[in-house]
Amino acid sequence: MEAIRTDGLQKRFGKVRALDGLTLTVEQGTVFGFLGPNGAGKTTTIRVLTGLARASGGQAWVAGIKVGIGRKELARKIGYLPEEPPVYPWMTPPEFLNHVAATFGLSASDRRARTRELLELVGLTDVSKRRIGGFSRGMRQRLGIAQALVNRPQVLFLDEPVSALDPAGRKEVLDLIVGLRGQCTVFMSTHILADVERVCDSVGIISQGKLVTEARQDELLARYAVPAFELVGDNGSADDVRQWAATLCRLPWVSSVAVDGTSVRVVVSDLQAAKRSLLPSALQAGLILQRYEIVHPSLEDIFLRLVGDGGER
Amino acid sequence: MSAFFVALRKELLEQRRTSRLLVAIVVLVAFGLLSPLTAKFMPEIFKLLPQGEQIARIIPPPTEQDAVAQYIKNTDQFGILLALLMAMGAVAVEKDKGTAALTLVKPMPRSAFILAKFVALGLTFVVSIALAGVAAYYYTLILFGPLPLLPWLALNGLLLLHVLVFVALTLLGSTLFKSQALAGGLAFAGLIVLSLLGSLPGVEQYSPDRLLLWGAGLMGAGGSAQWVALGTSVALIVVSLLAACLAFRAQEL
Repeated sequence: MEAIRTDGLQKRFGKVRALDGLTLTVEQGTVFGFLGPNGAGKTTTIRVLTGLARASGGQAWVAGIKVGIGRKELARKIGYLPEEPPVYPWMTPPEFLNHVAATFGLSASDRRARTRELLELVGLTDVSKRRIGGFSRGMRQRLGIAQALVNRPQVLFLDEPVSALDPAGRKEVLDLIVGLRGQCTVFMSTHILADVERVCDSVGIISQGKLVTEARQDELLARYAVPAFELVGDNGSADDVRQWAATLCRLPWVSSVAVDGTSVRVVVSDLQAAKRSLLPSALQAGLILQRYEIVHPSLEDIFLRLVGDGGER
Repeated sequence: MSAFFVALRKELLEQRRTSRLLVAIVVLVAFGLLSPLTAKFMPEIFKLLPQGEQIARIIPPPTEQDAVAQYIKNTDQFGILLALLMAMGAVAVEKDKGTAALTLVKPMPRSAFILAKFVALGLTFVVSIALAGVAAYYYTLILFGPLPLLPWLALNGLLLLHVLVFVALTLLGSTLFKSQALAGGLAFAGLIVLSLLGSLPGVEQYSPDRLLLWGAGLMGAGGSAQWVALGTSVALIVVSLLAACLAFRAQEL
């Protein structure tokens, strides 16, 4: 079943088309990574889907409800964490969560219980007496996730949830997101590909307001899989590696060769021929290798292929 | 608990935690105390100036009317100044920082968000003007003698209403713009327009400034009831809040 569906969604700011006929579907219960370069339309999509902004054209549904500004029934079913979690610095975390819970009409005892539960979940119980104004960025982000979960949302929107965090903070927040799998649908926008590879089931790539591709992550990797080899020469062998790499371009089963210092990435058209000939060729050229492996395409490879330098559409 | 009361509870906590309530009380109570003192010792103050003895000799002896006039002038001026400063960022800052979006993506009606702000600011001024009124009454009693109590209460009610007009106008500005400066500018423009209205023959009875004249009259300075000005003031508050709610409902956050 679909948790999110958009159909030709458009958003214009004057002459700028922030969303240009965006059509996508997100299955219920999945963690969906919404990828795109800066300015691609990720935040605008989330603002429209959460009812904070009005679409200029097209339609969208979240949790079966048609989106629009001020839709109470939509608000009850979603959670939202903006890129920089805005908080009231003069509140303590329990006061903040209690306030949010009250907006959903929870009773006093339910509010207390939910606040305790969420503070425990995001690891802020120990600092519950401190004012939020003194919190680090990571602590604010965790509190931001807690407030987005108060109503046990069917769909959780996270806008760049880890982009401004240090590695430790990033790991904490990503672990939290992984823990939500199966509990709700997570729609997470980001430009950090490694995070998507780590936590997302499905991926949508947006560029210039249009969806470039959308699929399960494993399907996407398989779809764009190209056989490639990576070889790393010994230290100080950069010249030898470069000379040898130049000879590879003439071989019929080699599609492309990229050299970076002592490292060579060879994309091939005939995997069997490459398996038979590539390693002997390197050894014949006198290279001492530190590494030789068949590599699988990363999400980054696919992203750059689809979006980088205009991409292939 | 309804969404309005949820928002109001947050606003009242904010007034307390950010010391806005305290500042409003301290400023207005200070001027409540200073008003009768200034009136009483004005001749002595003049004597300290060069050739002040001559000026002091021609000033009639101060009365409780002077204390009341000082109180009206000070409370109104500083009340309006506080109204502008406290209300100009009320919505604009929340829009700018994103807390408005975070709150309104939840089932919180936008009109409840605006009205709670007005009521919280209104309560802040109710408390501040009430305490200022008590302070001014007490010092006037000590320095001049008792003032009539019911007219004094009515005067303070009229002062409160006059200040609330500017709270509502500033809140409208704060809703229309994302910048505090623009919101304050709109309210200041309103202040000038309403002051001009008060000095234009034929329409002066519509000016909310006439409430002050009415209040002074109740305390014995002469003059009649200004029901038209009362109606205009209430209408300005209602229309400003209505416009703020309607504008906010259509805004993207």
